[in-house]
Amino acid sequence: MSKFMAWVDERFPATKVWEEHLAKYYAPKNFNFWYYFGSLATVLLVLQILTGIFLTIHYKPDVELAFASVEYIMRDVQWGWLIRYMHTTGASFFFIVIYLHMFRALLYGSHRKPRELIWLIGCVIYVALMAESFMGYLLPWGNMSYWGAQVIISLFTAIPLVGEGLAEWVRGDYVISDATLNRFFAFHVILIPLILAALVFLHIVALHKVGSNNPDGIDIKKNKDAKGVPVDGIPFHPYYTVKDLVGLVVFLILFCLVLFFLPEFFGIFLEKDNFAPASALQTPEDIVPLWYFTPYYSILRANTVNFFWIDAKLWGVIFMGLAIALFFVLPWLDRSPVRSIRYRGFQYKLWLTLFVISFIVLGYLGFKNPDNVDLFLFKNVIWAQIFTIIYFLFFFLLPFYSKSEKTKPVPERVNFK
Amino acid sequence: MRRFIVVWALALVSPVCLAAGAHKPTDSVYINLSDQASLQRGARTFVNYCLSCHSAAYMRYNRMAKDLGISDSVLKENLMFASDKPGDLMKTNMAEEDAKKWFGVAPPDLTLVARVRKPDWIYTYLRSFYLDEKSPNGWNNTLFENVAMPHVLYSLQGSQRLAGMDPETGKPQFTVVRQGSLSPEEYDTLIRDLTNFLVYLAEPIKLKRHSIGVFVILFLLVFLVLAYLLKKEYWKDVH
Repeated sequence: MSKFMAWVDERFPATKVWEEHLAKYYAPKNFNFWYYFGSLATVLLVLQILTGIFLTIHYKPDVELAFASVEYIMRDVQWGWLIRYMHTTGASFFFIVIYLHMFRALLYGSHRKPRELIWLIGCVIYVALMAESFMGYLLPWGNMSYWGAQVIISLFTAIPLVGEGLAEWVRGDYVISDATLNRFFAFHVILIPLILAALVFLHIVALHKVGSNNPDGIDIKKNKDAKGVPVDGIPFHPYYTVKDLVGLVVFLILFCLVLFFLPEFFGIFLEKDNFAPASALQTPEDIVPLWYFTPYYSILRANTVNFFWIDAKLWGVIFMGLAIALFFVLPWLDRSPVRSIRYRGFQYKLWLTLFVISFIVLGYLGFKNPDNVDLFLFKNVIWAQIFTIIYFLFFFLLPFYSKSEKTKPVPERVNFK
Repeated sequence: MRRFIVVWALALVSPVCLAAGAHKPTDSVYINLSDQASLQRGARTFVNYCLSCHSAAYMRYNRMAKDLGISDSVLKENLMFASDKPGDLMKTNMAEEDAKKWFGVAPPDLTLVARVRKPDWIYTYLRSFYLDEKSPNGWNNTLFENVAMPHVLYSLQGSQRLAGMDPETGKPQFTVVRQGSLSPEEYDTLIRDLTNFLVYLAEPIKLKRHSIGVFVILFLLVFLVLAYLLKKEYWKDVH
């Protein structure tokens, strides 16, 4: 075996890669609950690609055949229902995992110097993932697939001068049609998965260059033993491979509970209108995007006033774009001397709490008619406006209080047990 | 600190609760997919009455027979009127152009109707037809106003008129004009069996995926114990 590895190592850095990234990659020993989601996201990416391959074997990207081919997978293909439910449940769980993974960064300052590039690559992954799921959702050619794509693509038309042309260019037609379905299929199964795989590779390379952050937000490389190994670090393999295995099994239990017992998840993961084939003549009662887009959908619909000679609809598109774009500059908005929320002051804790509440409430309101009263006192659109402002204030106030805010002293060594 | 984090974890993963919209009230129906006799009766009603105009074009006869414990001979003699090959899809013989001419719209495919509409809706809909002279075909429906579909089951249910709406429940009240061949209780059972069958038809694997799921979860629980013990063994030298 060692002879064989020597032969390989002369030609390919197999042992070197293994050691640098697993056996001798030293991760802080104090990872907690929030540190499972990176490896879970990787597992989900692999799951989506594998199940996706089997789905493409039976799926037909043709407006006449697409809907029936999905039902063919659900009924006639051996274990096809399982493959498809893994893919649909996997898509929603992917976003749950990614949102928790991003929230971890906000908790412990994982996006702060020197990890800004990891965060930036991660933000691009997030946007690519949104494109991936948006295009994938058209493929079953259900009625919500059709109308959801119709609404989202029509957003482009709000852009002055080039809008109409841009929407036409995306659709490949004047309306959502076979041309749109075919190109979305191509992007969903080839273009974006390739981009995602490349970005995830870069995300991990950048992470392993600077090393992982930890719940205390301190640099474990400052404190090394005689051999140059961080005293608070442990090799990723076997310690975190076995620990992440436990996390993975817990995750799989939750995943399988949904997969086998609630695959529609109360009409949130699989919407009821999507069990009817696409029809240009039958508009669903409420056109609602997938749950992971609803916070942005609320922000899009929140603005109802024309100002600065710009139409309210265009402002909505601008605000929605801004809501996503602000994530990219977050490492530079935060000027706190400490990374982790454990040592930060009251204001950051308050604003992070408000931010998460606004994200969840905006997500809830995205399912609702803006003119109804579903919370209390005010119409949904008023609440959406209030929480949109809170959402943006989290970003805009951060540079001001984060620098001056009183912080707690940061320990020399990580807290462990 | 730990409590703070746990609260967040729960807040983030708990689903957004969606209240049903303010729609018309429906009667609730008891769905039991393990009641094979009910599914068989529902299948019989479906092929005799529904399949004349509606298709179930994503479903095959032999799949239905296999799942519902119906033998090939019974299937061919009693349940196959529109086709003679058990492997065929359950398509109606009515041409779409004819259907459009006769009803104004082509009757929708019913394979997935129980996933588009709730079972309660179907159960209520099929019991809510009433005589209405203003309608082109003489029938109307309180749950689905001015629907193009006539009351196909009137020989069983009889005919009824709309007396008004119950101010408390918002549900319609009917007066019987002519008795059908079934008593009201028998008719409700017939519709319940049919609804049960439509729920099966919308997702045939539902019969099995729950029981497979139980085994998968049990396996994962055992695996969790082993994985946890493995982790504990490795981590005992981390201080």
